[in-house]
Amino acid sequence: MQGNIACAEGALAAGCNFFGGYPITPSTEVAEHMAIKLPKKNGTFIQMEDEIASMASIIGASWTGARAMTATSGPGFSLMMENIGYAVMTETPCVVVNIQRGGPSTGQPTMAAAGDMMQCRFGSHGDYSAIALCPSSVQEMYELTVKAFNLADRFRVPVFLMADEIIGHMRERIIIPDKVEHIPRRPLAPGVLPFHPEDDLVPGFPEFGKGFGVHVTGLTHDERGYPCATNPKLHEQLVMRLYNKIEHARKEIADYVVTNPDAETVFVTYGSPARSVEQVIHDAAGEKIGHLRLKMVWPFPEHAIAEFPNAARFIIPELNLGQVAREFDRHTRVPVIQVPKLGGDLHLPAELKKLAGVAA
Amino acid sequence: MRHEVRFSGFGGQGIILSAVIIGRAAVMYDGKYAVQTQVYGPEARGGASMSAVIIDDEPILFPKVTVPDIYVIMSQEGFEKYGASAQEGAVMIIDSTLVHSRPACTCIEVPATKEAREKLGRDIVANIVMLGALVAATHVVSETAIERAILDSVPKGTEKLNQSAMTRGFELIKERGQSA
Amino acid sequence: MSYEDWFRQDRLPHIYCAGCGNGTIINCTLEAIDEMDWKKEETVFVSGIGCSSRAPGYIVTDSLHTTHGRALPFATGIKMAKPGFHVVVFTGDGDLAAIGGNHFIHACRRNIDITVICMNNQIYGMTGGQGSPTTPVGALSTTTPFGSAEPAFDLCELAIAAGANYVARWTSYHVKELTKAVKVGMETPGLSFIEARVQCPTNYGRKNKFKQVLDQVEYLRSHSMLRQKYLQHEERGEPVPDATIVIGEFIKRGRPVMGLPR
Repeated sequence: MQGNIACAEGALAAGCNFFGGYPITPSTEVAEHMAIKLPKKNGTFIQMEDEIASMASIIGASWTGARAMTATSGPGFSLMMENIGYAVMTETPCVVVNIQRGGPSTGQPTMAAAGDMMQCRFGSHGDYSAIALCPSSVQEMYELTVKAFNLADRFRVPVFLMADEIIGHMRERIIIPDKVEHIPRRPLAPGVLPFHPEDDLVPGFPEFGKGFGVHVTGLTHDERGYPCATNPKLHEQLVMRLYNKIEHARKEIADYVVTNPDAETVFVTYGSPARSVEQVIHDAAGEKIGHLRLKMVWPFPEHAIAEFPNAARFIIPELNLGQVAREFDRHTRVPVIQVPKLGGDLHLPAELKKLAGVAA
Repeated sequence: MRHEVRFSGFGGQGIILSAVIIGRAAVMYDGKYAVQTQVYGPEARGGASMSAVIIDDEPILFPKVTVPDIYVIMSQEGFEKYGASAQEGAVMIIDSTLVHSRPACTCIEVPATKEAREKLGRDIVANIVMLGALVAATHVVSETAIERAILDSVPKGTEKLNQSAMTRGFELIKERGQSA
Repeated sequence: MSYEDWFRQDRLPHIYCAGCGNGTIINCTLEAIDEMDWKKEETVFVSGIGCSSRAPGYIVTDSLHTTHGRALPFATGIKMAKPGFHVVVFTGDGDLAAIGGNHFIHACRRNIDITVICMNNQIYGMTGGQGSPTTPVGALSTTTPFGSAEPAFDLCELAIAAGANYVARWTSYHVKELTKAVKVGMETPGLSFIEARVQCPTNYGRKNKFKQVLDQVEYLRSHSMLRQKYLQHEERGEPVPDATIVIGEFIKRGRPVMGLPR
């Protein structure tokens, strides 16, 4: 199965019943598959006039209780930024899939990159935190899409599935489970103000049509949902809560795989370069090479660095100019070696072996 | 046993589909592992397109083909771009109707487009003739697996035509006793 | 029930300037809704950014106050996900015709079953009076200090060309007619577009020689011409003044509709 199709199948298994999108290479197969499948499941597929509208449509659908998703790439992701911020501010659960391609601008529509990793973290204006998942196999395209929906509903945020063209267009064996985990959206309790948070800083969801009469605005708002955009204290409280509801869960929701924790040379990867490193470790089975593979890049699991107490160097191959390596570097005193790669090709195992000091 | 197979031709010949079918045959019907990838540009027709598939008894880690041991080449441009650098030990199956260059490695000439046009009446199944020839020559997947994978993948109503194309591919290899 | 039952009492006072026309349009809309007998929990108001877009915040139903220009795609998502909901969009000329122009024509093309009410004050009121796509040629604004040089959009003709099933224009003077038009729009399946020309005394009136609020309302009244009459003039080849505001029902038709209950 193709990675993009696995993503769509994962969404359907997770109960996604609304897809609003706009075709763009290399993500289009996600939309095409949803266009075939959703109507048969009594869901809604709609092709919007652009990515701004796509993002808007899934937010609207989400407020009616739908599990809503869009998928895009490159320039489309840039266009979504404004309404991604709106989803953050209004605490609207939704899933945004980005099959990353080479940029800036139109760049390389058919080639892989991971150049949007910082954009998904910081791309919309203002301060907020974000959740981003990075699959490195077709199997994970399925599994992490399911997970994205559960995280979105639990934290009431847009969750990013940050894949790349290689994983999106690759076909490989996948095992589809009979059942997937389903964490439902917690409804707003009666008599509670619509934006009053519970202990985990997440308010219950006042679904449209249930008689809550909730006013939802992208303006700074109080717990009633009413605008109060000139109140510095309320603004700070709101933004800090939006930030902390994810930051406080950083350790709990972290998702990574540790290989050879006592190694001195440790690779750190996410997305398709993980496959190159797995090959290196397989080929050099006699030598201790560590691997920290991040399935969730944001919020960044800095505590995972301590899983490698003997690390003398971290090598970080990325399909960008070191976006996550920079984040990694500020959490450790161990030397960090960036292995940036642009152009669409994946790091060859041979070049990584050389860096790790193992025979090719 | 790991095999890296690279397909190249021009857009519209079914180059990507060929790799998908082989991968499907390996995974679904031979119980092996396979990863299929491709390089493509903006053009849906014409241009040189390339797809690749890795077949292995073990899970495949690095997903890209680096040193193919098997090539299936269906256009001159495809040969120049993706076939000319073939290593000595490789096997190349060439559509001799469309490719006039020959590689330094073992080369198996299959007049797939001519056969498809003259014997089967449809150019479009040339890639299936090539798939038949590929399997008969290299046994990269089993003959029953490729047949089932082809039937899974082709449009309804064209099963017979594609089956004949595959069989023609088998025969072309067996007739001349060429096998790698 | 009365239209007053639809107001969110704890949100008063509102942000509109004294003499603003928007309140009239909100009243007319709620009056029409009251006559429609819609249930509050099945009615959703959606808006973008601008003075007009603050309206949903004063209404008791569920409402989505969204980003600039994007109310229509948000509303499309709501209506397509829950076709049983009644979806009403409040928008303004800048929101709808400038930044949201593309969404407007595509919502009309889809003919999605929602009601769109545009409070057209011919200016960006909330940000202090900049020129909009409906600012008349020659009119003064902070970004057209020597008079607007660009031709203005005719929003109703745009909606018709793009495919809306119901299109009408009235002004804040024509309270009864406007209420009726909103109601007919709500009754008509498909996208209903009702343009309400409104006075903006603070940012349009002051710059364009309307000393009093009533001067501007009087202007809306005296420059309005019923569409039937306008068409007669046109047929006879008689010119009408440039500033004429053509009012009335422009179209009511039965093109295929998206977003109806399945």
